[in-house]
Amino acid sequence: MSLRIVVTVKYVPDATGDRRFADDLTVDRDDVDGLLSELDEYAVEQALQIADEADDAEVTVLTVGPEDAKDALRKALSMGADKAIHVEDDDLHGTDIIGTSLVLAKAIEKAGYDLVISGMASTDGTGGVVPALLAERLGVPQVTLLSELSVEDGTVTGRRDGDTASEQLQAQLPAVVSVTDQSGEARYPSFKGIMAAKKKPVQSWDLSDLEIEAEEVGLEGAWTKVESAAERPARTAGTIVKDEGEGGKQLAEFLASQKFV
Amino acid sequence: MAEVLVYVDHVDGAVRKPTLELLTLARRIGEPVAVAVGSGAENTASALAEHGAVKVLTHDAPEYADYLVVPKVDALQAAYGQVSPAAVLVPSSTEGKEIAARLAVRIGSGIITDAIDLESGDEGPVATQSVFAASFTTTSRVVKGTPVITVKPNSAAVEAAPAAGTVEALSVTFSDQATGTKVVARTPRESTGRPELTEAAIVVSGGRGVNGAENFAVIEALADSLGAAVGASRAAVDAGWYPHTSQVGQTGKSVSPQLYIAAGISGAIQHRAGMQTSKTIVAINKDAEAPIFDLVDYGVVGDLFAVVPQLTEEIKIRKG
Ligand SMILES: Cc1cc2nc3c(=O)[nH]c(=O)nc-3n(C[C@H](O)[C@H](O)[C@@H](O)COP(=O)(O)OP(=O)(O)OC[C@H]3O[C@@H](n4cnc5c(N)ncnc54)[C@H](O)[C@@H]3O)c2cc1C
Ligand SMILES: Cc1cc2nc3c(=O)[nH]c(=O)nc-3n(C[C@H](O)[C@H](O)[C@H](O)COP(=O)(O)OP(=O)(O)OC[C@H]3O[C@@H](n4cnc5c(N)ncnc54)[C@H](O)[C@@H]3O)c2cc1C
Repeated sequence: MSLRIVVTVKYVPDATGDRRFADDLTVDRDDVDGLLSELDEYAVEQALQIADEADDAEVTVLTVGPEDAKDALRKALSMGADKAIHVEDDDLHGTDIIGTSLVLAKAIEKAGYDLVISGMASTDGTGGVVPALLAERLGVPQVTLLSELSVEDGTVTGRRDGDTASEQLQAQLPAVVSVTDQSGEARYPSFKGIMAAKKKPVQSWDLSDLEIEAEEVGLEGAWTKVESAAERPARTAGTIVKDEGEGGKQLAEFLASQKFV
Repeated sequence: MAEVLVYVDHVDGAVRKPTLELLTLARRIGEPVAVAVGSGAENTASALAEHGAVKVLTHDAPEYADYLVVPKVDALQAAYGQVSPAAVLVPSSTEGKEIAARLAVRIGSGIITDAIDLESGDEGPVATQSVFAASFTTTSRVVKGTPVITVKPNSAAVEAAPAAGTVEALSVTFSDQATGTKVVARTPRESTGRPELTEAAIVVSGGRGVNGAENFAVIEALADSLGAAVGASRAAVDAGWYPHTSQVGQTGKSVSPQLYIAAGISGAIQHRAGMQTSKTIVAINKDAEAPIFDLVDYGVVGDLFAVVPQLTEEIKIRKG
């Protein structure tokens, strides 16, 4: 029997560029270059490795995002995913965490799945909660924040390195998994992979395909409201000294002046 | 006055500092009712009472240790049903955020994660977040349901405020999902004897410039002279010089101490994401062009192997 893996991938503004808010206090996605969230590359990588081990598996990448979010899907397809689903609808603009998890959960159910793999957090919202929300909504085990995982005979096992302990986790499929950037470097798309990706199917669904009402999502339907967004004032230029033998002592003097010593 | 649920993070009854900070914030919006579950839950009561908890709801069962996250969500939901609070506050640990988020969907509420401040507003609590690697500061509100807000460590001062702290047993019925993810083994993290990274007032971090696991002794010596926690950049962690649990940054710990000292760290955006809200920032780097110098209050351009030991010596002398 085939193992159906769905990987959730987010299209985000490039963190090394100038990220901004638009006038409606949503993320500016028009004037800032976007890409596949780097932390979701780790999720795609794990999905491909699990698929390689399985007798018969299919990896579907899923994104909820504007037209340009297709770039994130293409990247994942060129890494080796089999097909893609793009949930796109003008009414989705401004959707928050709760709304995003609703749309993703409906799409995952419609696609059909045995295993969902997400990144540990997006690189823009950085909530780190969507995977737990997907498990809650789908009513399946959450096996999240894994730095190591394997799937065998319908069971997923993995290691979660928490604040106070490292835990070995186990759950039956279907399940939702999220992986950290410790799970293993993501592969680069090969030239062959990039060419092959062009022919792979990308399905587009809108809200009506998922039987979601416009009021349940978007800026108007959001459960949270951003009231202000202000660029942090640039830090006032600090004192910079060159070490000419006394740098450590000068620094100690500074720390003392600030009452740290 | 409205009640505010505060989820308690504790280790065998020892309440962790971020929870005490949450009680300070909770008092700005109402009367804190604390929820403590798991082994030693009842022992949290006196510390919570000293910091303003009017009531402490406790429950213990093997499920909390044997299964991941969901039993704790069931408990928080039971407390929510018992209290009908004006808001639910949870510490922003990785687990705390997951508990809070699942509760939010169950009770039909919005969630704000990683708040760094919280004020009472006309239409409910207003949360401040520091976003895009701390380059923007936003204020937000939950507009549907009961606000569920997770708050980062070091977001408020711990203030004593004696209150009744009456202990009540919480009655919890576990959901079908509670036993879905089994914890088959647990290896507790060894204590270094140094302060907890996210809670420390001073953090000293080393990066690729430290150039070797054994050289981290130089960073540790400085940290110890200041009573600080030790952090590391991902480059240092990936090289195997320091444990991943000490990584500061986007995919490591996010810290917000009074003083952050970066030695041999260039200041990549992902590192900055985890330390940019530190009050005072100091860097030691031999490259005058390193981006970390854009953030500093005080920077020394020089070799860390000369500067750091001299600094450590000087601090020891001054401290006598
Ligand atoms: C700076 C900032 C702060 C925000 N703060 C809040 C807030 O406090 N409360 C709130 O309700 N909303 C908030 N939002 C909106 C929210 O982050 C996004 O709406 C949303 O896409 C989900 O949350 P996340 O990006 O934090 O995802 P995370 O929970 O960090 O993402 C984890 C994983 O979920 C998957 N995933 C997440 N989003 C998508 C997607 N669109 N398509 C496919 N997969 C996805 C990915 O696998 C990802 O690795 C914020 C957004 C920004 C940019
Ligand atoms: C998705 C993603 C997530 C990431 N998450 C994190 C994260 O959580 N935390 C993190 O830190 N990084 C993270 N990174 C990595 C980040 O991009 C950088 O690669 C990393 O922070 C670099 O570490 P560094 O500053 O120690 O090393 P480098 O950038 O190599 O800098 C070393 C510095 O040391 C200086 N130096 C060398 N020798 C000496 C000496 N003797 N004395 C003084 N100075 C010296 C050099 O001048 C240089 O500036 C992430 C990257 C990605 C893509």
